[in-house]
Amino acid sequence: MKPLDKVEGQALSLPDSDVDTDIIYPARFLLITERQGLGRYAFHDRRDAPGFPIRPDEDSAPPFLIAGPNFGCGSSREQAPWALDGLGIRVIVAESFGEIFYSNCFKNGMLPIRFNMATVTMLHECAIAGNSFAVDLERQQLHVQGMRPLTFDIAAGNREALLNGWSEIARIRALHTDDILHFETAQRAAAPWLWQGKQA
Amino acid sequence: MPRTLYDKLWDAHVVLNDANGRSLLYVDRHLLHEVSTPQSFEMLRQEGLAVRRPDTQLAVADHSVPTHDRGQPIEDPRAAAQVSLLEKNCEDFGIEYLSLTGDDQGIVHVIGPEQGFTLPGVTLVCGDSHSSTHGAFGALAFGIGASECGIVMGTQTLWQTRAKTLRVTFDGMVQRGVCAKDMALALIGRIGAAGAAGYAIEFAGDTVRTLSMEGRMTLCNMAIEAGSRTGLVAPDEITFAYVQQRPRAPKGAMWDRAIAYWRALPSDAGARFDREIRIDAAAIAPQVTFGTSPDQVLSIDQLVPADAAATRTLDYMGIEPGSAIAGLAIDHAFIGSCTNGRIEDLRAAAAIARGKQVAPGVRALVVPGSGAVKRQAESEGLDQLFLAAGFEWRDPGCSLCVAMNDDRLPNGARCASTSNRNFEGRQGAGARTHLMSPAMVAAAAITGRIVDIRTMPA
Repeated sequence: MKPLDKVEGQALSLPDSDVDTDIIYPARFLLITERQGLGRYAFHDRRDAPGFPIRPDEDSAPPFLIAGPNFGCGSSREQAPWALDGLGIRVIVAESFGEIFYSNCFKNGMLPIRFNMATVTMLHECAIAGNSFAVDLERQQLHVQGMRPLTFDIAAGNREALLNGWSEIARIRALHTDDILHFETAQRAAAPWLWQGKQA
Repeated sequence: MPRTLYDKLWDAHVVLNDANGRSLLYVDRHLLHEVSTPQSFEMLRQEGLAVRRPDTQLAVADHSVPTHDRGQPIEDPRAAAQVSLLEKNCEDFGIEYLSLTGDDQGIVHVIGPEQGFTLPGVTLVCGDSHSSTHGAFGALAFGIGASECGIVMGTQTLWQTRAKTLRVTFDGMVQRGVCAKDMALALIGRIGAAGAAGYAIEFAGDTVRTLSMEGRMTLCNMAIEAGSRTGLVAPDEITFAYVQQRPRAPKGAMWDRAIAYWRALPSDAGARFDREIRIDAAAIAPQVTFGTSPDQVLSIDQLVPADAAATRTLDYMGIEPGSAIAGLAIDHAFIGSCTNGRIEDLRAAAAIARGKQVAPGVRALVVPGSGAVKRQAESEGLDQLFLAAGFEWRDPGCSLCVAMNDDRLPNGARCASTSNRNFEGRQGAGARTHLMSPAMVAAAAITGRIVDIRTMPA
């Protein structure tokens, strides 16, 4: 996974609430079995709408997206973060996120940040005004032109994974294989019916 | 200290806790489908890994499969390739695959329980947000992304943060024509589409205790539409009766051991929940969504809001602000999905459709949730009943709930649907979805309008 430490650039403003992953990545494109090159499908059916910040022919966007509450709710499809990543979006700020989307971001070198509604409203204004944005994950700060630095919360495990670009699967295997074996031995004794494979 | 069902499930699966409040959770069961796993298998290949425990995995194709002419080659080359890829991946990695043409194929969340793959007390995941369905058995079940599917296959674990707990208690006897779907929609309407974000929901109360497993699955299925990844119902005799004798359920002495363990799972008396909600089930009227988020929902006798906040939504939905939801003309009806594609759902719809005709100009589809549901319905004559009434009788799959196959609605179509999401474009670009119960959809198909089921002759 590509690491994320510092990101600088401009921001898109998309203030609608409950933007679900079907809007971010319409289901019919789920027939594609690759994860690269999906940026052109991001918000595919919304781009014609008046005032939508991404035009139908665009395949890149600024690295920051300021979104509305409950962004990424609905389907678990990881094509949603993949498509946003395909546009070049690395940091998404919202009051709240769909939980599975939020978790998927960290698996793909993307940083979702939660701020309260008042702060997000100001960030929308800054995005529309074309102010520059910069994130410093090490210090957990967002710097926006014309605002005081904002400090954000992030779970330590997610922060470390992003900073180092760790592959979670390799890391669990390297660090915890013995723990897993230990658990399995105990479960085999306590709940043997889970270890029978397919029943005859 | 008294513990909740969620606490017990969680505690029993912690491999280790880190210093920052995360737990490495052991995963007992993984369901796979063709859409969310191609990239997961690719991950394993790139890292040169095998699947750690193939015996805990079960795969089936459901999302992109056609629901007609089963056995013929799939017409859409991309869907055909996606299904073949799942077959190949399962073969390469030693995972059991339930063939598209076999008896057991169906929607992941319908076949898991049918097969006895879903059991009380397990952790179960799937690359699908409606994995919350399996919580109806007292299993800790939640949806994950494709990367996490790869992590589960490669390590049998996931790093997770414990959720807060929310108990939703339904009391009282529901009115005639009201079912679990209405209970779910009423809850979502009350707390909002993100209302339970960060919480694991336990559904409790005497109304829930009397629900069948099918009803409980409908309720837990919709937990994600309230923002929660996890819905739970404590296992009881109804659960055990459903699970016993399922093909993959424990047998004999193992069954006795398992059931003793499962009986200890329900939340202890005095267990503390972070939040509590009580709902008078007797006061719930049939529910219908009017907008593009599941929390935009009304009782059938209510008016659509007239405030400016709903303008964009109502514009998309083609509905006049302040109008009645009842009486709105539909042109499509869909009965099926992991929410309402089980035998009890088809029976409820059939009871309304019996001896009637689908209204002129309405196209109505019945898509059983699995091969087993389809065969059961056919043995009861429900297929003939639906066909005689002018419904189409299809093969199992997700169909019009996700519209990835050729079941797709045209721009501007209005559909009464038993599915779980009324999102913009969910049933086809520009299509308009009204979520409701199976009986309500059948009634809408017959009358050509959204109608109060309570006013239909019994």
